Amino acid sequence: MRRYLLHRLIALGLSLAVASVLIFSVVELVPGDPASYMLGTGAQPETVAALRQQMGLDLPLPLRYLHWVGGVLTGDLGHSFTYKTPVAGMILDRVQVSLPLAVMALALSVAIALPIGMFAAARLGRPGDTIMMGATQIGISLPNFWFAMLLVLLFAVRLRLLPAGGFPGWDHPLAALKSLILPAIALALPQAAILARVLRSALAETLGQDYIRTARAKGLSRSQALRRHALRNALIPVVTILGMQFSFLLAGAIIIENVFYLPGLGRLIFQAITQRDLIVVQSAVLVLVAAVILVTFLVDLTYAAIDPRLRQR
Amino acid sequence: MRLSLILGGLFSGMAVLAAMLSFVWTPAEITQLAIPDKLLPPSAAHWLGTDQLGRDMLSMIMVGARTSIAVALVAVVIGMGLGVPLGLVAAARKGSWLDETIMRGNDLIFAFPSLVIAILITAALGPSAVNAIIAIGIFNIPVFARVTRGSALPIWTLDYIRAARVAGKGMTLISLQHILPNIANILIVQGTIQFSLGILAEAGLSYVGLGAQPPVPSWGRMLAEAQTMISIAPHVAIVPGLAIVVTVLGLNLLGDGLRDALDPRLRGSR
Repeated sequence: MRRYLLHRLIALGLSLAVASVLIFSVVELVPGDPASYMLGTGAQPETVAALRQQMGLDLPLPLRYLHWVGGVLTGDLGHSFTYKTPVAGMILDRVQVSLPLAVMALALSVAIALPIGMFAAARLGRPGDTIMMGATQIGISLPNFWFAMLLVLLFAVRLRLLPAGGFPGWDHPLAALKSLILPAIALALPQAAILARVLRSALAETLGQDYIRTARAKGLSRSQALRRHALRNALIPVVTILGMQFSFLLAGAIIIENVFYLPGLGRLIFQAITQRDLIVVQSAVLVLVAAVILVTFLVDLTYAAIDPRLRQR
Repeated sequence: MRLSLILGGLFSGMAVLAAMLSFVWTPAEITQLAIPDKLLPPSAAHWLGTDQLGRDMLSMIMVGARTSIAVALVAVVIGMGLGVPLGLVAAARKGSWLDETIMRGNDLIFAFPSLVIAILITAALGPSAVNAIIAIGIFNIPVFARVTRGSALPIWTLDYIRAARVAGKGMTLISLQHILPNIANILIVQGTIQFSLGILAEAGLSYVGLGAQPPVPSWGRMLAEAQTMISIAPHVAIVPGLAIVVTVLGLNLLGDGLRDALDPRLRGSR
């Protein structure tokens, strides 16, 4: 296990390093000079040059990369050009919206997927299964931002039950939670459809195993055997998908945050791109990618802890 | 299940047909604005109603289908064109540094939140349909590489491949003559799935303004423009959304149906 851990840790460090180089390079490709963007079109060339020097934009590329990474490693993610505040603080503010949203969406997705997947698996090949799987097909095909618009139309415009957008901040916990409900549902439904399908097929596979036959022979009903024996063994693929979905929900909420005008991490990146606030883009994307890589790493470690066979790879 | 094949073919066929037909005929000219006729509900004159500029929604949907299909299809071609050779090489040289590099590179791309990077790429290169294709295509590469390698590996252990190697055939020739034809059906199924995901991704990018630019109609942008009008004229938001759902659903069903039809061993496993 120790060797496996060491191996994975080296791979983790390498991935993070390569990711930072990639992000830095792509951001460098973004056209437009931040200094001239900040000063406007009427600025004197000397003023622009001075600002460029002040922002460190005149340094050679490799040096600027090292400067950035060095800062990130010591917790300094740079200063936003447009907001004149530390990027780390901005990201921290936005995470307070994105993280609860992702967690809510994930919990909802599991709550919807678990009963559907088990229901379908218990009726494999029968009409109940077919109907449920048809429903999940539609769920997978829904663009979540369109589904979000329909939710707004129904719950905010027609029924006036929930807010159509915006975020009041956590000083008003109840209102804050309320404003995250519709976005969470919009994010969760397509994910739940995928999860339900994975769960069903994982259960279907374990249901064919000998120990299930034994359990059935001892007198357990199909759904009892499913709950007591098959479910636990079907969890590995489900956990994999959950890990992937969590990172997707954290990062992929960018469009949903736009629909609901939520001040989350995705919207921060989106706005920073349009304002040419490159240091914000760079650092925020790095934080997201690092989070995704870390979640994957933890999921892999969990497997290795559960199933010794996986350490052999 | 034959039903998914029929329904899938029908739905996705409808979208393709609408796109093709739009090159020669649409119910109305989409460049023709008629502000007095704006936001009309569906009627005999405008089957799907009109949008905020009085344009015929059916015509917009038909022309928009071109954008969605073209972007997603070319992105699949990019993903297959680069991903399949990479996967074949990785499988042929399993365990070598080449295999290791390709697969770790794959893992790395998978680690990137695809939507954020797609937005970053389109922002870096400027918003356009072509850049949307590149952004979506890049994320198709590792998917095809992984599927190709995964399905090619078991075939490499079969007796007839050993026979071919003994007969003196090289890795490249074996990959092309024996491996590729045997995994073609899996690649076709994956291609259908990536096609449907591409349509969703294109819609998302156009929705935030980073896809095809006006005046080229796209379903995602139609939805973005409809958002503020959803309470006065719900149909402008419902129609493009339904077009996306029907097309994506059709492709998903087609993928499922094809998998069952092409590989009897997988039947009923999902």
